[in-house]
Amino acid sequence: MKKNSLIFAIFIFPFFIWNNSYAADGSFHLDNAKIDLNDQHSLQRGARNFINYCLNCHSANYMRYNRLQDIGLSEDEIKKNLLFTADKSGELMNISMDSVEAKKWFGANPPNLTVTARSRGKDWIYTYLRTFYIDDSRELGWNNLVYPNAAMPHVLWELQGTQVYEDNHLSLLKAGILSEQEYDQFVLDTTNYMVFMAEPAKLVRHKIGYFVIGFLVILLILVINLKREFWKDIK
Amino acid sequence: MERKNNLMTWVDERLPVSSFIKNHLTQYYAPKNFNFLYFFGALAIVLFALQILTGIFLTMHYKPDALHAFASVEYIMRDVSFGWVIRYMHSTGASLFFVVIYMHMFRAIIYGSYKQPRELLWIFGVLIFLLLMAEAFFGYLLPWGQMSYWGAQVIVNLFATVPFIGPDLAEWVRGDYLVSDATLNRFFAFHVIALPLALAGLIFLHLAALHSVGSNNPDGIEIKQTKDKKTGIPLDGIPFHPYYTVKDLIGLTVFLIVFTAIIFFMPEVGGYFLEHNNFVPADPLVTPAHIAPVWYFTPFYSILRAVPPIFNSQFPGVAAMGAAVLILFIVPWLDKSKVKSIRYKGTLYKKWLAAFVLSFLILGYLGTVPSNIWGQIPNFIPILGGLDLATFVARVFTIVYFAFFVLMPFYSKKDKTKPVPKRVTS
Repeated sequence: MKKNSLIFAIFIFPFFIWNNSYAADGSFHLDNAKIDLNDQHSLQRGARNFINYCLNCHSANYMRYNRLQDIGLSEDEIKKNLLFTADKSGELMNISMDSVEAKKWFGANPPNLTVTARSRGKDWIYTYLRTFYIDDSRELGWNNLVYPNAAMPHVLWELQGTQVYEDNHLSLLKAGILSEQEYDQFVLDTTNYMVFMAEPAKLVRHKIGYFVIGFLVILLILVINLKREFWKDIK
Repeated sequence: MERKNNLMTWVDERLPVSSFIKNHLTQYYAPKNFNFLYFFGALAIVLFALQILTGIFLTMHYKPDALHAFASVEYIMRDVSFGWVIRYMHSTGASLFFVVIYMHMFRAIIYGSYKQPRELLWIFGVLIFLLLMAEAFFGYLLPWGQMSYWGAQVIVNLFATVPFIGPDLAEWVRGDYLVSDATLNRFFAFHVIALPLALAGLIFLHLAALHSVGSNNPDGIEIKQTKDKKTGIPLDGIPFHPYYTVKDLIGLTVFLIVFTAIIFFMPEVGGYFLEHNNFVPADPLVTPAHIAPVWYFTPFYSILRAVPPIFNSQFPGVAAMGAAVLILFIVPWLDKSKVKSIRYKGTLYKKWLAAFVLSFLILGYLGTVPSNIWGQIPNFIPILGGLDLATFVARVFTIVYFAFFVLMPFYSKKDKTKPVPKRVTS
């Protein structure tokens, strides 16, 4: 028994050195984005935010518009409200900006955002979109705490207002259309949507998982008894 | 019934099906004292079959083209019906294959299953392990993410360190001056046909050798030495079918619970099975700050990084990494112990084994993190001052890793063994 527990200890050792962190560019502390993939209203608001504000410079062309049906939107709603650059809801989320031109304008090509929530993590996106501040030394006048010297200007400044960064502290210089709370919710919804977009299967994965594991547990009881039945005459 | 017997006779006269089933299942006698460590061989076969099966379906939708590879994987994840299940089965299967193989090898080491008369069985096993590493490496390039790309870049560049012919050799492997579409295409060919075919052949030889010498067991006793005088059946043997087929079903079901729990609840396993950075498409112009191989290569990667360059050549590190795997081939001749199983070995061997397992795990961990993770050794310490602490630790455990093998002839001979019983213990 002692030996078995030793082997068991070796087997579970890797879980003690668990490292769940995403490789961060800086050491800036990321806020926890308390997203909820079961909250369809949040996902729908996020989809609206994403398509209106992000999907002009950033493409998301592994994702099809009609996949938004997964978060409770009907095909008609998608067609009526969300198709700006596409004709059919089965199309991929492409943009019309030319990537060569984009590189000239911004210095870097705005990355495809379809799976960014999987490479950067939800907390990164949530914090990144809330930590832009005015910086005259930058070409476009904006800088960011999570991603220093980011090429992207603060596209959402009208909503958030303008922030300054002094004495290691961000403060609002000029208020935006949204209050601080409303803006945080706006970014949270967008983050929530981006997590869904990065892996649409996540919405059904867990539900199927419980069923599969439930089935296997019942099977396990059966095979344990089957083995006992066969082995009872082995001494 | 009559007709079935007729049919079986008809087939048996033309193909020895019944005698094959007898010789390898119903009258193949395995020791009755297998413990849970003996599940892993059967699990490896199941995983091999699963990887082939899921691989076939992935190949139907995947495009081995640098312009389309990344997008085609996302297409599988989104637009192919249950493509995400198939893909996660394949990616999780790859990692769990190594968990299973490492446990299988650990089992062989602690019970001395490589010792006479099972040396060839062991050698086929090490060959399978080597090919499996190559198979995993080729497959990892296919999603064409940043880690795929730069991991391949690092590993192919290892060939460039070979004296004299290195750079030409690396170029020949890549088929280009850098990892590119040509590399992706040839890696795809190796991954989907060349290596699986070779693996299938080696697995056949591994099993043929096993059934010729019979299984070892946790006591390290040859059950064929104590047979029933009348029937000639080993007294401690039981037919593989039905006894071990039903027992392996338990192991398989427990394994499937772990397997599906990962697939449905944590397919990335915190960035260890699917690295976060691999969700960024490959970009030859942007080198990631930290390139780490997938977890199953990290012990060997640590050894590579730990060995300091000599005369500005990285070749010693590459040679050490190669030696860390190749040394397994000669283990049957390094072990001079009179007994097979750890149960009858003395404390000296057990201490060495514990040191080896510890060094494997620590090297594995260090391979996943940057070498400056623990900071530097203070400058006032002579010789070592300024060196990355993690590099120093990796060097110490690299020495322990090799010492386990190199010193084995001495400590295994000196080790005080216990008397081995005639019959297996329960």
